[in-house]
Formats: sequence, structure tokens, C-alpha cells
Amino acid sequence: MTPLLQVRDLTRSFGGVRAVDNVSFELARGELLALIGPNGAGKSTCFNMINGQLRPDSGEVRLDGENIVGRKPRDVWRLGVGRTFQIAATFHSMTVIENVQMALISHAKRTFHAWTAAAAHFRDEARDLLAQVGMDAHADRPSSILAYGDVKRVELAVALANKPKLLLMDEPTAGMAPRERNDLMALTKRLVTINDIGVLFTEHSMDVVFAFADRMIVLARGKLIAQGSGEAVRDDPKVREVYFGSGRTVARRVSA
Amino acid sequence: MSLAALFVQLLNGLAGASTLFLIAAGLSLIFGVTRIVNFAHGSLFMLGSYIAYSLITRIGGTGLGYWAAVLLAAVCVATIGALIEILLLRRIYRAPELFQLLATFALTLIVQDVVLQLWGSENLVGPRAPGLKSAIFVFGRALPTYDLALILIGPLVLGLLWLLLTRTRWGVLIRAATQDRDMVAALGVNQAVLFTSVFALGAGLAGLGGALNLPREPANLGEDITAIGDAFVVVVVGGMGSIPGAFLAALLIAEIKALCIALGQVSFLGFAISFPQFTLVAEFVVMAIVLVLRPWGLLGKPQGSVRSIGQIEAPIVPAGRMLQMIGAAVLAALLVLPLVAGGESYSTVLAIDILVGVLFAVSLHFIMGPGGMHSFGHAAYFGLGAYGAALLFKDAGMPMELALVAAPIVGCLGALIFGWFCVRLSGVYLAMLTLAFAQIVWSIVFQWDELTGGSNGIIGVWPSPWLATKAAYFYLTLTLCVAGILLVRRILFAPFGYAMRAVRDSALRADAIGIGAVRVQWTGFVIAGAICGIAGGLFAFSKGSISPETISISRSVDGLVMVLLGGIGTLVGPIVGSVTFLILQDSVARQTEYWRALLGLVIIFLVLVFPQGIAGTIQSWSKRAWKPA
Repeated sequence: MTPLLQVRDLTRSFGGVRAVDNVSFELARGELLALIGPNGAGKSTCFNMINGQLRPDSGEVRLDGENIVGRKPRDVWRLGVGRTFQIAATFHSMTVIENVQMALISHAKRTFHAWTAAAAHFRDEARDLLAQVGMDAHADRPSSILAYGDVKRVELAVALANKPKLLLMDEPTAGMAPRERNDLMALTKRLVTINDIGVLFTEHSMDVVFAFADRMIVLARGKLIAQGSGEAVRDDPKVREVYFGSGRTVARRVSA
Repeated sequence: MSLAALFVQLLNGLAGASTLFLIAAGLSLIFGVTRIVNFAHGSLFMLGSYIAYSLITRIGGTGLGYWAAVLLAAVCVATIGALIEILLLRRIYRAPELFQLLATFALTLIVQDVVLQLWGSENLVGPRAPGLKSAIFVFGRALPTYDLALILIGPLVLGLLWLLLTRTRWGVLIRAATQDRDMVAALGVNQAVLFTSVFALGAGLAGLGGALNLPREPANLGEDITAIGDAFVVVVVGGMGSIPGAFLAALLIAEIKALCIALGQVSFLGFAISFPQFTLVAEFVVMAIVLVLRPWGLLGKPQGSVRSIGQIEAPIVPAGRMLQMIGAAVLAALLVLPLVAGGESYSTVLAIDILVGVLFAVSLHFIMGPGGMHSFGHAAYFGLGAYGAALLFKDAGMPMELALVAAPIVGCLGALIFGWFCVRLSGVYLAMLTLAFAQIVWSIVFQWDELTGGSNGIIGVWPSPWLATKAAYFYLTLTLCVAGILLVRRILFAPFGYAMRAVRDSALRADAIGIGAVRVQWTGFVIAGAICGIAGGLFAFSKGSISPETISISRSVDGLVMVLLGGIGTLVGPIVGSVTFLILQDSVARQTEYWRALLGLVIIFLVLVFPQGIAGTIQSWSKRAWKPA
């Protein structure tokens, strides 16, 4: 069986900097794959190329075997790729449930319907999705007044609206309290297992990564330097070097 | 045409570029730092001219006195600018961007009447500077020496501004604030002082431009609108906030205009093209081309994000019982109006005008509010509807009813073409491109005598016999207006209306759930164009004649004022706003000769008291009243 997502030799430069350099990896259905690395490693660039926001200089991104490079983000979304953003936000002039309904309306290709009231479209489905993320009690509140953690949950419900095969989550727990982080990731893990969705997420909190990722890949200066289970990556000397330094540089500086 | 004539025209163009640059540089500085689109900048220019006239006629006999008078005029205008900033603008920095525009528009009305009161309506011809009264001969053609002086002054001011911005601490602050004013504030810079001083500098430059322009053009009451139009174009072409860009754009536009005059009548492939006529539209064509190719202007950069985005809109809800009852009462009152006030009464005629205005404002609000696209040229679709209906009726011999049906189609076609370009831009740039298209339509109508009757317009556009009485026409207008409003309401509550707001709230996120911004906005633009076309068609047949005034900038501005006055957050807003505005305009205009100033004062008052528009403010008041904290 072909894996859900296959990334091959993905490369992108900005000026003289190779932000992402020949990166290849795979992701299966039902798997949570963490993309980690220090700041500037190329995580976001990698993300934006998979989602269609950035065009790679070379390389392939295959979804269920089909190359999706060069497609617009909204076409990639139609193929079943949902995404959440690093700085979570909603359509602030809508209520919580309207945000989810908007995504359902778009999924059903009813964006240009101009007659029946939007409120009547997919209200039950939207309520179901909100129930899945535990936000159904807030359905009719304006989304602009939600607490940040709740916004993240709504975003997740929106991302699930088109029944994605693949979910891209850019730092899903950034800006959250430790307790909230664990809740959100446990929720995500439960939902992807139930729906058999593959998840690729970037994350700075190592606690979250080691607690929830099935596997991880490590980027540094645009290159993929390690991948595998938590233990394998933790013990990888290259990974230790980029995260903790080799010790040599420190020693040299001291002696100099 | 001889090469010599061309050369002299080009020199003439350079002289024109200098004053153009002075106004534009000030406007650009003010926008860069305060993010205020200062509509009153043309008025400051005009004040510069008039004050300079008064000073020069008193102390301008000698060379020293003359130039002292010019500088003094600039200082006076700078002081006025500082006062405006302190007394008015400072109170509304927190208001939505467009509200500030509304306030500065009100200032233009006030300045108009102040100038009329102080200096009268005569054009005032200023004397030339002593020592620069003669002309030199270039290839046998006369060129005033004063123009030569102007050619030098432009780059001189550019140089001084450059030194100011790069070599002084104040200049560094201005540049920093242009990039990120929140950060500058966070670093402990006194914003109030910075903003006032920048506004004063910008105003002073406009005043200097006005004073220097006096020997070339007499001071007159129409200067403000021409100047602001030109300055906007130059700033947008050069790139908002870029002083060298403004200089480059001023040169480009002034030279293209000069070239048009120099070329004169040219026949090309059997067509006679009159280039001097092209000057009216040249700058707007240049702007349209530049914006399409380089959306940030020649030397501009993408605008930094402004973090305080003002009010976050509440989710839309259907009208409550109270509002429904008020609506029903108003409708009932309108239905009996011709019976009570008399079918041919002034009230009925005024009511027709107001209903047309309401439809116009509602269509504009549709793209401005939920669509988030600020159109400064909505009169284009009004004019297209009006002229389309009138021409189909008069020239194509269509029955009136059919011509009226065609009006929205014509408006829609215009919006289809212009919208395609406009929706690729955003913010001020989009606004300016809409303005450019409106001006292009205006000048085509103004100059195509054979078809449109030019400045005389089209007369004899009367409705069919069954609609000939004012009462009958009133009912037709009422029906179409109410139908239009209900249609807009329907669309706003439907998925498409939500999609428009989704794109406005966040285009990036809309894209991530499969909603393409361009298609949605384009569609919205076209719908607004069609509805506005109906208003235009109704207008043409209600007046019996139309003129290019139908498409003028001032009509577009009226539309903006109506929408903003009412408030942008609700559909009731444009209705309340247009009714308020038109009744004010009508009643104030009948009360006093100085109706503009009074209207301006009323608008400023409303802006200060109702910072979210009338309807928006009442909405939040009633919310506060109903919901205990």
C-alpha cells in the first residue's frame, strides 16, 4: 500500500539560503509524525510546501501516490489536507458554529449559494464536530471572545470539517498552558485514531512531542538529520549536537 | 509639432512636477506615520495659495519680501495642520481607518466655505516673484524664469527632506513609525508629539506647494479637489510612504501630461486622436497601469501590518423585534407619503432622491462592509447604470422599462471588468484603483461628445406615461429600493455573504478551507455593481437628464460618507447613513449660504459622538442597556 504522504527530495532556497534541502520522508494513515528542529531549521517552509502555499524549487509531495506540487492551497485542501495555523484565529465576525459551518459549506461547494440562509446549512454536522472537540457548549458565542485554548479547539474542528486524510498542524500547542497542551494533543490523538487520519505537526515543546508523536523527523539547517522513534532520535548524536551543541565549541571558546 | 515645442513643454512639465511633488510628499509622510488618508490635504494646498496671495500683495514687493511671504504662508498652513491634528484627529486615531477619512473630508467642506467667506469666489491672480518676472527664450519659445526656479525647488526640497529623514533623530523616528508605529510607541516615543509634528510638516509642504503654485495658476475654490486627486495619484504611483517614489511619480505624471499637450491632435490609422483631451485621464491611466503591474507603487513596499485593527465586528443577527417594527412603520409611512404630502410635492421628489441614495449606499456598503473592499469610485457603476439606461432609451430607442432593466446589466459589466483588477489589490491601493476607474469612466463620458453629449449630458430621459407622475415614479423607486435591500440582506445571510466575511476576516484562513479570495471578492464586486446600476437607472429617469456629474468624485465621496456615517458593521448602517446625509444636505442647503461648512461641522460632530457610525453606536448602546454586566 502506498503511504498517505510521501515527500521526496523537497528543496527550496531563499536567495542563497537553502531553507529546505533534499528532504524526504513518509507518513502513514493514523500516524502522528512530529517535525522538530531548532529555530530556522526549515520546518515552516517544509510545511508551507506540503500545503501548497510555497512552491518547492524541486522535489515531490505525493498524497496517496498523486503528486500535489504546484496546486493552490485550496485545491490541496479539496484533496483532503486540513491545516491549523501557528497563531490560531477564527473568522472573528462569526460565531463558533458559523466558523465550522463555513468550512462545511465550502467542502460541499456551496460557497456561492446566495439564497438560503447560511445558518441552515450543516448545523447538525457542525454541532457534531464541535462536540468532538468539546466546544458544543460554546456554539453560539462570538468566536472573537474565546479563550486562546478554545480557539485552538475550534480551529481543529474547522480543520476536520472536510474529513481530511492528512492534517497539518503548525505548532498546535504554542502559547498554551501545559495542562491545555496535553488536553489538546490527547484530543487530537484520539480523533486521528478514530478517523484514521495522518498528522504531521511541528512542535517546540519536547514534552508534547515525546508524549504524543508516534515517530519524529528532525530538521537542522534545512537538512533531515534523523528520524525514527522517540528513543532513537533522543540518542542520535547528530540530534544531540544541534540541540545541545557538541561540547567542543564550548571547550574551544573557553580555551581561546 | 517641433522638437523645440516639445522641449519647452517638457520643461513646463518639470515645473509642474515640483508643486505636485510638494503636495504628494506631505500626504505620503502623513499617511506613512499616522495611517490617516488625509482628504483635507488638497484644502491645505488651497489655503497655502490664498494665504500666500494675501501676504504677497502686502509684503511681496521686494524679492526678500516675496519669498518671506511664501515661507510664511507655508508656516501658517503648518500651524493650521498642527491645530487640526491636536483638536480633531488626535481624538479619532482609535476609530476605524475610514472614519478618519470621513473627518478629513468634513474638513474640506469647512475650509471651502472659510475660504469663500474670507477671500470671495473670484479667482485671485498672484503676482510673479520680483526678479523672476521675465521669460527666457529656449529655441525661440518663451519659458518663464519662474518655472525654471520651480524646476530647481522640487529637487531642493527632496534633498532637504532626505537629509531630514536620514540625518536627524526625528527623521529616524518618522521612518521607524512608518514601518511599525506600535513598536515605536512601545519603545517609549511620545506618539502625540511625533504625530502632530509630522502632520504639521506635511501640511506645511502642502501650503508651500500652494504658495509656489500661485504665479502659475490663480488661487481658486476648485483647487482643493484637483490637488487632492493629483496628490493621491502621485502618492499611490510612487508608493505610499516613499518620498523619492513621490518625486519620481510626480515627474512621470507631469511629463506625461506635458507630452499630451505637446502632441496635440494626431491622426493615427485614420483616427484623429486629440491628446490634450487625454490629460484629464492620463494620470489615472498611469495609476491603473502601475497598480496592476506593481501593486505597491513604483518605490513602495508592502504595507506593514497595523496591529490595532479597530473594532472587531459582532456576528450578524437578523433584525430584532424592535428594528422590524421600526422598519415596518417607516415603510408604512413611505407608502402613504404621496397621499399625505401630495403626489407632486417636494417631499415626494426628495423621497425619490433619498431612496435612490439609499440603494446607492447599500450597494457600496455591500463591498465595503462585509466585502472589506473600500471603494472610492462607486459612482462609476452609478454612472454606468444611468448613462447605460439613458443611451439605450434615447439612442437605441429602447422602451423605458427595458432600459431600466438594462441599467444593472451595464453596471454589472463595468464591475466585471474593473473588479477583475481591483480585487487583486487591497486596502488603500484597492481604493485608489477604484477611484482611477471611476475617473476614467468620467472622462470618457465627459469627452465623448457625439455619444454622451459631453459636459451637457443627455436630456429628455423621461419615464413612460404610466410612471410620469412623481407619485407613480416614487412607488416604482420604493419597490425597487426595498427589493434591492431585501436581496442584499438575503445574500448577506446566505453562504456567499458568509464567504465574503470569511475572506475579509482572514484571506489566508479562507484559502485554507477552500474559499478563494479573488473569486469571492470579484463576485461581490459584480453584485454591488449591478445593484448600484439599478440606482443609477432610477436616478436618470427621475431627473429627466443626466450629466457627467453623475460619475463625479464627489458622488463617490458622498457614498462613502453615507456608509460611514451610518456605520459599517450592520446593514441598517448605510440606510440610516444615507437618509441622514441626504436630509441634512437638503435642509442645511436651504438654510444657509454656507451649507458646506455646516454640513462639515455636523459630520465632525457625528464622527466624534458616533465613532462606530450612527447605527453601530445605537446598536452597542442598546446592547449595553439590555445586558447587565
